[in-house]
Formats: sequence, structure tokens, C-alpha cells
Amino acid sequence: MTAMNRANPDPEPGVQHGKRLIPAEEIYRRLYDGIREMNVVLAADVVAALRAARESESPADGTRPQSRTGSPSAPRPAALPGAACFVLDSILENADIAEREQLPMCQDTGFVLVFVEQGHDVRVEGEPLDRIIHRAIADAYRDGRFRNSVVGDPLNNRTNTGTNLPPAIHYDHVDGEHLTIGCLAKGFGSENYSQTRMLKPTAGPNAVVQAVVETMERAGGNCCPPVVLGIGIGGTMDWAARLSKKALLRDLGDHHRDPYYRDLEERIMNAVNGLGIGAGGLGGGTTALGVHIETYPTHIAGLPVAVSVNCWAERKAVVRW
Amino acid sequence: MVGLHATEGEPRPLRSLRVPDEVPQFGALQAGDQVLLSGTILTARDAAHARLVALLESGQELPVELRNQTIYYTGPTPTPEGKIIGSCGPTTSGRMDGFTPTILRAGVRAMIGKGPRSAEVIAAMRETGAVYFYAFGGCGALYAQRVRSMELLAFEDLGPEAIYRLEIEAFPLVVAIDGSGASIF
Repeated sequence: MTAMNRANPDPEPGVQHGKRLIPAEEIYRRLYDGIREMNVVLAADVVAALRAARESESPADGTRPQSRTGSPSAPRPAALPGAACFVLDSILENADIAEREQLPMCQDTGFVLVFVEQGHDVRVEGEPLDRIIHRAIADAYRDGRFRNSVVGDPLNNRTNTGTNLPPAIHYDHVDGEHLTIGCLAKGFGSENYSQTRMLKPTAGPNAVVQAVVETMERAGGNCCPPVVLGIGIGGTMDWAARLSKKALLRDLGDHHRDPYYRDLEERIMNAVNGLGIGAGGLGGGTTALGVHIETYPTHIAGLPVAVSVNCWAERKAVVRW
Repeated sequence: MVGLHATEGEPRPLRSLRVPDEVPQFGALQAGDQVLLSGTILTARDAAHARLVALLESGQELPVELRNQTIYYTGPTPTPEGKIIGSCGPTTSGRMDGFTPTILRAGVRAMIGKGPRSAEVIAAMRETGAVYFYAFGGCGALYAQRVRSMELLAFEDLGPEAIYRLEIEAFPLVVAIDGSGASIF
């Protein structure tokens, strides 16, 4: 289904009573490394997509859609020739510098989401998994000198927890003896534009495309495009939202296995890129780098659709045992 | 519209600009111009804005000189060992909108951030001739590499939200709103 579900690596020693045992320290170390790296090194699939976008942009072109956010009293240029190239060149240079200088690529080092897929025949030895995950995040954010961006109470007293904890952890229990842990560091410049909608059960694919287009029209240039869109369809309201985040863990270009949804991913990609929001919101044909759909059975009376908007700085790490 | 580019055309040439020395030339900048900005700027975001405005409104002395200054909306990551500054990309400017007219009337001539501004901010920019530069969201490492020095000026207790003086070299920016009120948004 996703990168999460892919190949079960070679079985390792440590099998006991039909259970595969994985030591806590090994999980901690690989998670810690993955979290350090994802904030500093832009994933290769994202860099490749940004390079392809830069190639496809013409410096002389810069046509933009009508303003949806501007003040009606302020005159606005109809085009910004060369601006999209200026932004994409800067983004690619930023990725080089971040890796070379070991600096976080963005100062918003995000809220951490974790997707655990644990086989029934695998056991973690030495420490409960949630404690390992907490420890790896807190230590990686401290040692990497990443910005702690989590407040302990959302409304009453927004005091920084000082550790970037807690994360949001999702657990799936599946057959087999593999363990996969996927992490996202989700920036909120883009997260503030993510949405879930409850469509009518018979609304059909056009309504799904329209829901995504409206989400991106609302986001405009404020979500740091070009974006990666994770789309969850089905389940309940919360389940669709969860799928939309899990979809972000997939490699760009890793399309849905069902041709129906692969085509829908392509339709949505074309519709969003047709909006002309462009890199940095300054126009051009690159508003989205990728669209990933994840689906789940749903109720006869509903069609939940969730859209997670991720800035170009898609920080992800998937660790497999 | 006079002063705005046509739909077709050549990309605007990159223009080098130094602050505060070239602030008097801001009148020639147009929304959409691509700029490499160098010179001396101040950092200030939400909490520093709230404090500056509270001091201004109660007629107290400011801990920093705002006249002719450029304010960058950023809250850097902690500075790594041996580096000048941590990752320091722009934050969303709209959160500063409520404070900005007061800050502009106190003498600030340019702002750097991301995202659109309110009609009140644009009106205050027209009144004062100030310019708003758009910095590229997420490019925190790129902007960090172009900072030559960082010096704490005020509100140390605010940590990353304190006011710092930065010497910068060739920040890539786009003029988002010019002194006539023309806007790319």
C-alpha cells in the first residue's frame, strides 16, 4: 500500500518463542539518526522533483491567477516573469547549504508525527516503544539544535514544552514479523491550510478534485509551495485525516497501486498546477510536486476527504526492521 | 497600470540594494522587483513587536533605534557551535499587522517576511513610503549562510524572539508591496 508496507528486510537473530525480538537501543539509534537527518537533508525524491520543476519553468513566463487575498485597493502586477525560477533556485541552494552546513533546512522544525506498523510476531525488548520514540525525538531536537515548536496546552497556557514532545503516534498492528516506523516533521505554515471535508456519498471524483482545488485556493502562496499533497479518502472524519498524513510518507512518484486512484492523483496534480499559484506563490506551473491518495472503506452514507498540505520541505524518515 | 509590468516580458533584472544607505532610493522599487539585499537589519517577531508598541504607546524610550531601519520577521533556530546564526527563514508577516502601522510611524522603512499584509498596513506604507520584501518560506539555511554577524540588541529574555542586529549579504527577496501600495498579492 505505502512505503510503510514495503519489503520486510532480512530476518535477524533474536527470535524467541516464535517472536522476533528487536532491542530498544537499536530502535532508538536508528530513529534518532532518521529524525536528525530529516530536518537537515531534503529527501532525494523531493530534490529530484524540485529540479524537474526548475527545468520546466520558463524564466519569461510568470502568469498568475487573480488575487484572492490581496487588498482590493492595492494594484497588482499580472505577471512576475522569472520569479518562480528565482524561488526554485533559492530552494535548491537552500537544500545544498542545509546539508553542507548541517543546519535545519527551515527554522520551523515541526511537530512530529509517527506511524508505527508492528507485526504480530515482533516484540520490542528493553523499553516500551512509545518511550523509545519520545526519547529519540527529544534527543534529536536537542542535539541537532532544532527549534522546539510544541506548546503543552493548546488554549489555556501555551508554554513551550522545551523538548518538542509529545509527538502524535499512530499504531497499526499487522501480520508478520516486521516493524516499520515512519516519521514526519510537520511545519505549521502549511498545516494551517490542511482540511477535512465530509462529501456526499455519491459526490464522485469531480467533487474530490474540487475539494482539493478549493483547499489550495485558500492556501495560495502562504503554505510555501510547491507543496506535496496527502489525500485521505474514506473511513471516518479522523481516519481520513490520518490517512492523509500517512500518504505523505510515500516517495514522490510512488503512485497508488489501483489505476483508478493513480488517475485521480494525476487529475488532482494537473488541476492544482493549473491554478498558477506557483513556487512561493509567485506564479508559474509548479504548485504541487506530488499528490498521494490513500483510501479506506467507509460508511454507505458518507465520503470523508482529508487534504494534508505539506510545504516543499517535506521532512520524512522511514525506518524498517 | 502605470508602474506595473506587463503580462509578457523579460524577467526583471536582479537588483542589489544596501540598507540603510539606500533607503532614500526605495521610491524607485516596484512590486515584483527581484532584489539581493545587503547591509544592517533588525530581527523582531510577535513578542518583540508587542513590547515595542507598548513602549511607544506609553511614550517610553525604546531600547533600539527604529528610524530608517529594516525589520526581518524571523525566529532563528539555536545557533550551532562555531556558526554565526541558526536557520533563519521568514515567518508569516500577517501576525505582525496589528502592530505594524505604529512601528512604521516610528521610522521603520522596510520589512522582510512572508505572506500578504492587511489594508491598514498597506495604508501606513503609503503614508510612510515603506517597502515590504517577500523572503522565500523554508529557506532558513540559505538566509543563515548570508548573515555575516549577529548581535543582541534588546529583550534578551525572549530568546529566539529577541531583537538582534544582523549584517547581511545578498538576501534573495522580491518586492512584495512597494511604497505606492502596489502589491504582488
